[in-house]
Amino acid sequence: MSRAEALDALAAPARSRARQWLSRLEGPQTMGRGPAFWVAMAAVVLAAAVYPLFSNDYTVGNAAYFLVWTFMAMGLGVVWGYCGALSFGQTAFFGLAGYAYGVITINIGSAYGLTWLALILSVGLGAAFALLIGYFMFYGRIKGVFIGIVTLSVTLVLETFMAQTAGPQWAIGTARLNGFNGMSGMPPLTVPWFGGDVVLYSGTALYYVLLAMVVIVYLGLRMLLNAPFGNVLVAIRENPERTEMLGYDIRLYQMLAFGLGGALAGLSGALYTAWGQYITPSSMGLTSAALPIVWVAVGGRRDITATLLGSVLVIAGFQALTIYGSQYALVVMGALLVFTVMVTPDGVVATLMQRLGRIFGKAGR
Amino acid sequence: MEFFTAIFSITYQFGDAFAFLVISCAGLAVIFGMMGVINLAHGEFIMCGAYVTAATARAGLALPIAILCGALAAAAIGMVLERTVMRHLYHRPMDSIIATWGISLIATQGVLILLGPTMQGVGTPLGSMALGDRSYSLYRLVLFAAAVGLLGGLYLLFYHTRFGVIARATIQRPAMARALGVDTRRVYGLTFGLGAGLAGLAGGLYAPTMTMVPTMGATFIVESFVTVVVGGADIFLGAAPAAAILAIIKASLTAWYGQLFGQIGLLVAVIVVIRIMPGGLSAVVKRWQR
Repeated sequence: MSRAEALDALAAPARSRARQWLSRLEGPQTMGRGPAFWVAMAAVVLAAAVYPLFSNDYTVGNAAYFLVWTFMAMGLGVVWGYCGALSFGQTAFFGLAGYAYGVITINIGSAYGLTWLALILSVGLGAAFALLIGYFMFYGRIKGVFIGIVTLSVTLVLETFMAQTAGPQWAIGTARLNGFNGMSGMPPLTVPWFGGDVVLYSGTALYYVLLAMVVIVYLGLRMLLNAPFGNVLVAIRENPERTEMLGYDIRLYQMLAFGLGGALAGLSGALYTAWGQYITPSSMGLTSAALPIVWVAVGGRRDITATLLGSVLVIAGFQALTIYGSQYALVVMGALLVFTVMVTPDGVVATLMQRLGRIFGKAGR
Repeated sequence: MEFFTAIFSITYQFGDAFAFLVISCAGLAVIFGMMGVINLAHGEFIMCGAYVTAATARAGLALPIAILCGALAAAAIGMVLERTVMRHLYHRPMDSIIATWGISLIATQGVLILLGPTMQGVGTPLGSMALGDRSYSLYRLVLFAAAVGLLGGLYLLFYHTRFGVIARATIQRPAMARALGVDTRRVYGLTFGLGAGLAGLAGGLYAPTMTMVPTMGATFIVESFVTVVVGGADIFLGAAPAAAILAIIKASLTAWYGQLFGQIGLLVAVIVVIRIMPGGLSAVVKRWQR
């Protein structure tokens, strides 16, 4: 055996594993397969990539703002749509990670790309908190509506807690928590680069970074959901008892899925703080907690593509409404939610995608 | 005498917390216990009751009648919503909860648009009494009495009236009740109306003690959710004892560490309780009875 062949033989398992994961980009748990779907997907990404060339920096910054929220929506899609555990309190992890990003960056500064370390730590904190709550909920075997109540109570109590941290005694290191007015003045994400750091203020550069992250997270989730892990989650949603009889520890799977949802919500939170350089307790309040439910319900919770597209559409619509008819935006969101639940329980975007899939024959599940 | 006033002070705070928990959770507990639906618009029914109470009281009605008006208005709105929205979703409990959240968003923001960010309230009636070096609001004692009266009234309603028998039959065996000629849809409608009315009553009772803002319902919901979760599905075996236990936790933590720690204590209590007794108190009590 030549040296090259030996190396090849060593690399083969790794390569076949990589191929196996890549093959999971398509599978039973995600809508869309075949060249037509991927060409359409690539076209959407390409359109999103060239869009800043035809727009100004402010509008692109707004588009970046939509992308910030999609991670939380996709996380809720996994927890609610795939695992069947309806969490009303994703904003708890969002807010916690948002505050964590502020506290860490104010304390350690933004040199040497340390803001990325802060981002990772904040996401880790969101995930750890979600795992803790998930441990108590799923190992306590609570299910159904109680998951919603506990998570909602957690986020509302966190809001109350942060809102009363106004005094100077509420500071972590040099970072004041500032009570109801929230924190501000933390640095945005910075990329260390030759000849000076690139600061990702809200604008085109941040937009591209976020777009890349959305694509990576989306493809990663597709692979994960079509992997055995995703299949078990769907099995738990469909029939927890039977899944347990088949030998899976459903508590563990639910807890891990909840942790993943918390991590993604945390990613949104930390990016939100980095995007606008502020975070307030109301980001964990009742209204904020309702919005992810609206995006995911309207988009379609049982398919990650529908969740992503639907969320971007609803967030963009909400933003437009806030600009043109500010106070009616929330009324419209509420009406949209009631309408979706009553007329298209699978979600507006998911239903449309299924119709399209039936027309074109191939893209459907 | 010193000892007596200290005892009275502790009892007063406990009674205050107990009354708040019982009154704010009753409507939620009735709807959840009977229909398995968590009504996320619960806070908005409370807000509705409070607004109607304040408006009618300032228009010249006596406060007890104004409170009754608030409760009836909330009950009427609840029955209309049941007829138009909830009725179509009973076979999908999760979706019905989300629908109530949509209603809640519409109601909060709609009231903000129609009536503005705040509304003139009514003053707290009855004044206060002094004992030792502290003064106590007499209205809080009335609220405690109202909480006890509410539990008693609900007990009579569910265990000693025809409606109660039919309602309990409908929860336990809906198909059998239908076979015996019970119009279960009507029972569900009345129950939802009763729950909404109780929420409106809570709003009316607490209207004189609070500022009237469209988001006022949110101050009630954590407490009422926590009580219902700890209590479980049965109001009398679950929610009432749960309210008593949580009131002790809340009153003592609030007295020593302040309002916020009272709320955090409730949250920790609920997380510990669901870990050790998932069905809530009523499931434990029912197991003992067997």
